[in-house]
Amino acid sequence: MHELTTTRHNPLIDPTLHVWGWEIPVYLFLGGMVAGIMIISGYFLFSGRHRASTQCSCFQVPLVGLLLLTLGMLALFLDLAHKPFTWRLYTTFEIKSPMSWGAWILILVYPALAAVAALRVPESWRTSFKGKLAGLVSFSERTRASAAATKAIGIVNMLLGGLLGIYTGVLLSALGARPLWSSSILWLLFVISGLSSAAAFAHMIARDPYERVLLAKADNGFLIFELFVFALFFIGLVSTSEVHLRAAELLLSGAFAPTFWVFVIGLGIVIPLIVQLMAVNGTIAHTPVAPILVMGGGLALRFVIVSAGQFSHWMNAHGLPLPF
Amino acid sequence: MARFAMVIDTRQCVGCMDCVVACKTENGVPEGFNRDWIVQDVNGVFPTLHMEIRSERCNHCDNPPCVYCCPTGASHVHDLGGVVLVYREKCIGCKACLAACPYDARFIHPDGYADKCTFCIHRVEKGLDPSCVAVCPTYCMYFGDLDDPLSEVSQLLTSRPHHALLPETGTKPHIYYLT
Repeated sequence: MHELTTTRHNPLIDPTLHVWGWEIPVYLFLGGMVAGIMIISGYFLFSGRHRASTQCSCFQVPLVGLLLLTLGMLALFLDLAHKPFTWRLYTTFEIKSPMSWGAWILILVYPALAAVAALRVPESWRTSFKGKLAGLVSFSERTRASAAATKAIGIVNMLLGGLLGIYTGVLLSALGARPLWSSSILWLLFVISGLSSAAAFAHMIARDPYERVLLAKADNGFLIFELFVFALFFIGLVSTSEVHLRAAELLLSGAFAPTFWVFVIGLGIVIPLIVQLMAVNGTIAHTPVAPILVMGGGLALRFVIVSAGQFSHWMNAHGLPLPF
Repeated sequence: MARFAMVIDTRQCVGCMDCVVACKTENGVPEGFNRDWIVQDVNGVFPTLHMEIRSERCNHCDNPPCVYCCPTGASHVHDLGGVVLVYREKCIGCKACLAACPYDARFIHPDGYADKCTFCIHRVEKGLDPSCVAVCPTYCMYFGDLDDPLSEVSQLLTSRPHHALLPETGTKPHIYYLT
């Protein structure tokens, strides 16, 4: 037996760590999805695919991305316990802190995302604001006319989107005290999940049939790759140490297993993958059900990883050597 | 350069919690929170059991993950003795340091900043022992400079078997337990 009795009962710490509630998973999901939006939009601009359709969703999703990122940052702000000092984030750059990297990346992400959104000013805005957006419209038309400028915006968005997506994973995996998070591929899992959610969202709002099929195919690829990354993630954990094995068990067969298998794997990946494969093959029509499930799965993934990660602990498997 | 450490004799500690009360009084730790605490660790197979009573707190690690993850530089290593401290006016309450600490030694103070044991640096700067060490009725706690081979803590660690908590996490903790 190994029994620990402690007199400590600090709020948010005991009996198990639960310092991060709904705000952080929501932020990680929205941040990851915006990262995916930037990579996908950037790719469309870089490859010139946006010219295939005047209704290309790559011009529409960044506008939504700006809103989602703002909501995500609001959630992050709500999580802070010492809010009046938030400005301190921007008085320093701490090179060893992923959160400091993230704070500065977010500053760069906004203008990059706004640049893509500004490439196509919505018609409704032009009529509503009657000439007040003349400067923006002129910028939009001039930039779109230049292949080099749109390509450059595309490259910058792919780069910053990649950094944003990677940072959301590294933020957790840098915290070695939580065995479930100490995986070197958690960032890849979050990037793929973000790409998948972004592709699902763009697929849902795309009006052009060619683009819709392309995005559905891309999303299917991301979902299959996500399953592969999950397998690697668990292989890495179960073959590391006992504490990591126990951390993996939390998701595979422990307290978080029902949520993980039902909402993340089943409803979030497998079922939408089947539905979208049937849609791509023409068996059924494209439906918003699959993209909604994919996005729900992405959100559930962040909730499960953040909650189970906090639950996992080195002390759980710690035993003193017997002195006799 | 001094390197402060604490050595606790688990064969003397009775778990009376005087150290806990002294810390709360000295540092004005709010009700419901603890900077230090007592752990009773029972290990083995009945009837051959081994019990260790430990007074635990922040380990003031040489390799402090709480300092590395801090996005504002609020968590830092003090020039005097390598003590890990928090600048309250720089802390944004992001709680990354709480998640980074394998000892769960930190908490969020009701005023919003991350709080933890300071080795009573305000006393140590005056040449006094931390309050927990000063009040211990069984004299089982020792505080001193590990870089001084003649200090009491160095001598104890040279002469007595000891262990630290979770050395496998690579934090290089500076609270040692004599066994």
